[in-house]
Amino acid sequence: MELLTTNNVWMMLCAALVFFMHLGFSFLEIGLTRQKNTINILFKNFFIITMGLIVYCLVGFNLMYPGDFNIIGNGILGFAGPGLDAVAAADLSYNEGYTYWTDFLFQGMFAATAGTIISGAVAGRIKINAFMLIVFLYILIVYPIVGSWQWGAGFLSEVFGFYDFAGSTLVHSVGGWGALVIIYLLGARKGKFDSSGNAVAIPGSNIPLSAAGVLILWLGWFGFNGGSVLSADPANTSLVLVTTCLAAAAGGLGASFVSTLAYKNLDITMFMNGILGGLVGITAGADQMGPTEAIAIGAIGGAVVVVGVAILDKCKLDDPVGAIPVHLFAGIWGTLAVGIFGASASFDQFMVQLASLGIVGAFCVIGALVIALTVKSLIGLRVSAEEEEKGLDISEHGTKAYFSS
Amino acid sequence: MKKIEAIVRKSKFDEVVTALHDAEVYFFSYWDVTGVGNEKIGNVYRGITYSTSDIQRRYLSIVVSDSFVDATVDAILKSGATGNVGDGKIFVYPCEEAYRIRTGEKGNKSFN
Repeated sequence: MELLTTNNVWMMLCAALVFFMHLGFSFLEIGLTRQKNTINILFKNFFIITMGLIVYCLVGFNLMYPGDFNIIGNGILGFAGPGLDAVAAADLSYNEGYTYWTDFLFQGMFAATAGTIISGAVAGRIKINAFMLIVFLYILIVYPIVGSWQWGAGFLSEVFGFYDFAGSTLVHSVGGWGALVIIYLLGARKGKFDSSGNAVAIPGSNIPLSAAGVLILWLGWFGFNGGSVLSADPANTSLVLVTTCLAAAAGGLGASFVSTLAYKNLDITMFMNGILGGLVGITAGADQMGPTEAIAIGAIGGAVVVVGVAILDKCKLDDPVGAIPVHLFAGIWGTLAVGIFGASASFDQFMVQLASLGIVGAFCVIGALVIALTVKSLIGLRVSAEEEEKGLDISEHGTKAYFSS
Repeated sequence: MKKIEAIVRKSKFDEVVTALHDAEVYFFSYWDVTGVGNEKIGNVYRGITYSTSDIQRRYLSIVVSDSFVDATVDAILKSGATGNVGDGKIFVYPCEEAYRIRTGEKGNKSFN
């Protein structure tokens, strides 16, 4: 009982830290985009955390942890019925690491982050109604089903032996795939590419705010990875926080090194994105790595982000905040790294990681395509050119974020 | 009476103010302006190089009596120069009349 109390306190603290990440995401996104879209970004982020929690309570939690895969067997699809279960909640032998309520809250905070990743990538040109509908469906259906395959004891964990500690694949790449599909359908912001197809810089409106966002996200990761130990086990939680922070540090330095080498310029936004790339990279194997491996994974994660930003620009895909390089590309790297470094590294494990990534990726891409194309045919995805020019704050929300007094 | 307008580097503004005070010119207005000119600034953002022709400068508007014109222009020329492209411009215009609102005084009495 005393142990449960200790474990449960830690898990609730971690849920709070993951909740706080939504402020970090909002700040990062506001700072790296133009001022005329600030209210729109805040609106999207408030919608994600509020809608995400309610939907996860009503459907998502029991879709992700069905217990019995009663719809499609073999660990593919199950649903334990709508809403939370007060009877299960009253039973303190539910888990030795935390209570039922804590379980729901911690996982609910995770579900909302997958939606936030999409928000950053589509900033500045998506219709707010289209965005809300897409994210609602994505968090309702795609995120919990993918989660059930691994964390809900589905086929990825039970049959394949896939390993994803805190969600490089299950959270970050799920959000990243969705973001990639939607920015492909949506097109770039007006002015992002010139007439000959070269990328044009659209500098962010508030770099200090982005910097605050990145440090808040790093802090939030103490909960994201620390809580994924699923108890306050001293050995594991301490190790996980060390590997997490070392990877973040190495990610920032790695990205900064590569971008300085490539562009002869000390770019702060690459430094910041690199920290996040390191964090996403270590997330799949935070409890499998020693300090040296964590530094290697983080540094490569940071480098992946810098290269990823350049690749997206080359492909004429517009991701204003670097959500796809950070969450998708570094997420893929981190997932594969479990087969390369650390306690479970082996060729077989690497192939399992690769195959699982492919399955999750295919499901997410198809899911996002079906959802986004449906929404497109119903209400359209993109605001008009004039609305985009005026800014989404004025055209979608009828006001501005800042008034000069 | 003349109106002297000057566009100077923001980095030189404090020196210009000191020089004007040394020349006994105590009253003037200023504001920040953006313009275009010969100076091009190269920037890099997330790996993309871009150049902006937007140049930030400070604009001074000074009204002085005729006997102060040369000293004022001289003070700005000396204190505002770095020798590089983009040091700015000075314009001198005739000024028809000036009033001090508090007392209703006009002409030179209104500002010296």
